[in-house]
Amino acid sequence: MNQTDRRVGLGLAVLALAVLWSARGFPNVPGQKLGAAFLPMLVGACLLLAALALMLRKPRGETGTDRAQGSEHFGSSAVVIASVAAYIVASDWLGFLLLAPLCLFATFLAQRVRALPALWWSLGGTLLVHVAFYKLLRVPLPWGLITPFY
Amino acid sequence: MDALASAFGLVFQPYVLLVILLSALYGLFVGAIPGLTATMATALLVPVTFFMAPVPAVAAIVTATAMAIFSGDIPSALLRMPGTPASAAYTDEAYLLTKSGRAELALGAGLVFSVLGGIFGVLVLIVAAPALAEVALKFSSFEYFWLVMLGFTCAIFIAGTDLLKGMVSLLLGLLISVVGLENPAGAPRYTFGNAELTGGIALIPLMIGMFAVSEVLRYSVQVIKPVMVTEARFGNVFAGMWGLLKKYPVQLFRGSALGTLVGALPGAGADIAAWMSYAVSKRFSKEPEKFGTGHVEGIVEAGAANNAALGGAWIPALVFGIPGDSITAIAIGVLYLKGMNPGPTLFVNNPQNIYAVFIVFILAQLLMLPLGWMAIRVARQILRIPASVLMPLILLFCVVGSFAINNSLFGVVVMLVAGVAGFYMERWGFPVAPTILGVVLGTMLEENFFSSLIKADGNFLVFFERPIAGALGVATLLIWLWPVVRGLRRRHTARPTIA
Repeated sequence: MNQTDRRVGLGLAVLALAVLWSARGFPNVPGQKLGAAFLPMLVGACLLLAALALMLRKPRGETGTDRAQGSEHFGSSAVVIASVAAYIVASDWLGFLLLAPLCLFATFLAQRVRALPALWWSLGGTLLVHVAFYKLLRVPLPWGLITPFY
Repeated sequence: MDALASAFGLVFQPYVLLVILLSALYGLFVGAIPGLTATMATALLVPVTFFMAPVPAVAAIVTATAMAIFSGDIPSALLRMPGTPASAAYTDEAYLLTKSGRAELALGAGLVFSVLGGIFGVLVLIVAAPALAEVALKFSSFEYFWLVMLGFTCAIFIAGTDLLKGMVSLLLGLLISVVGLENPAGAPRYTFGNAELTGGIALIPLMIGMFAVSEVLRYSVQVIKPVMVTEARFGNVFAGMWGLLKKYPVQLFRGSALGTLVGALPGAGADIAAWMSYAVSKRFSKEPEKFGTGHVEGIVEAGAANNAALGGAWIPALVFGIPGDSITAIAIGVLYLKGMNPGPTLFVNNPQNIYAVFIVFILAQLLMLPLGWMAIRVARQILRIPASVLMPLILLFCVVGSFAINNSLFGVVVMLVAGVAGFYMERWGFPVAPTILGVVLGTMLEENFFSSLIKADGNFLVFFERPIAGALGVATLLIWLWPVVRGLRRRHTARPTIA
């Protein structure tokens, strides 16, 4: 945890310096000595101090859930992130009805659901969300490739 | 009186009642599944409430959260897995009761005292909120500035054990809140030429990410997935409750009062209220040796506290726009979306909406008895649904819900980034609640600080001149100075005395 704290502290210090540097250019309120830079400057300065304190403080006990490293695997969480990223990139082109079942199917497999139930859940889940959001709530989910058939 | 009559008219409509019923079932379901929190239930509900009128939208959130907090007790008692963090304080106690063949006592106490605690919290809300609103109408930017500062202070000092990490979390939230055009100079800050960022980071996708997507990620990295099947059998859950009421009235009152108070403090919610109440219950119990062996007293007190905290959390949220916990932070977002901007003027301009919220609160608590009883009866079926099936479906709801807020994929991007950030923050011991508080209150802090600075004209003592502002300011500074004083005292007492 302490190694992690130091690394996180370093990252936060870099972020704070970037905030302080970039906030210099923000304009003041006309007729006042302060302006748009005030809060970012204040937050940046406090964040820098906090980051330094995080890096330099004495070792502490475990405070987060950064434990049980041996019994974790990040493969399935990578699939979760990748499936959302794929939706962001390709949903306008492929459309919700084509892309959502693919993303769901990949995520189900990553959660170790067997292929056949995963297929049914993917199709059923997509239809359920489509009916709830597109039909009932009128959310304009993209049609993508199947627009000509709609 | 007219406002009250129209409030009843707003609530007792078939559509609103149906929304309340469906939200109750949804809340019971989500709360009963270990790993799905009440906050997550609320975050997932927001995209749906986006399409509702103000009263049903708030009703959906109020009902779902109350039910979710209670139903977290069900897997606690049956599987030793708290459905929501608010039930964690007395999970072992409830499970030991189940193991000793008294599951109905654990579940019944959880249900009945949740309802009673919840009603207590609502009554305090009904009495305290309008009275506070009368006072708040006279507030200037100085009072609001100190209130926000006090809110931040409470969030850091109460929400976690590590003050430094709580502070970092809050600063990150404030940093997110500075993005966009909403600042005293009206200048674009950190927009990088992106039109989507000029309006700031959308709060709802951010919260869906931090509370729901991070939970999906957390579940995904677990190799050993929880097996959620129980064979426990139990009788009438209401049997013996009258006896418990007569035996533990003080515990019920103390838990409800502490829960309401803790709920009203920004950053502290139902889970902290339950932990504190359980500890208080053990401390003042006549039978402290029975705690940890399957003793119902702690369940009575902490069960009442976690539901009372819900009502308490709405007091600062409605009166000042300052969230009492993560759930009300989301609810404030919904209130703004619905044009019910929280603050004292809400009580003057739209009293019927406020009364409607109060009525919904009471209805939700009363509904909890029959629906909670039903949920306990069908618990085994609910718990059979594997989380590995639910999590991908929840993820799809998150994606579409984040998209639906502005019909923009940018919301999904915000959700994904916030989800990954929330996952790592919790992993590294940074509490998420102060970040959300920073995002919600950042603009309010900047606006009120600027107005106050202009009025003060360089004289910082003006920040303390008005009585309430002065009291709030002194209270805030005292809380900040307390660790320093405590450290000095410790050093002084640790120093060896020279004879």
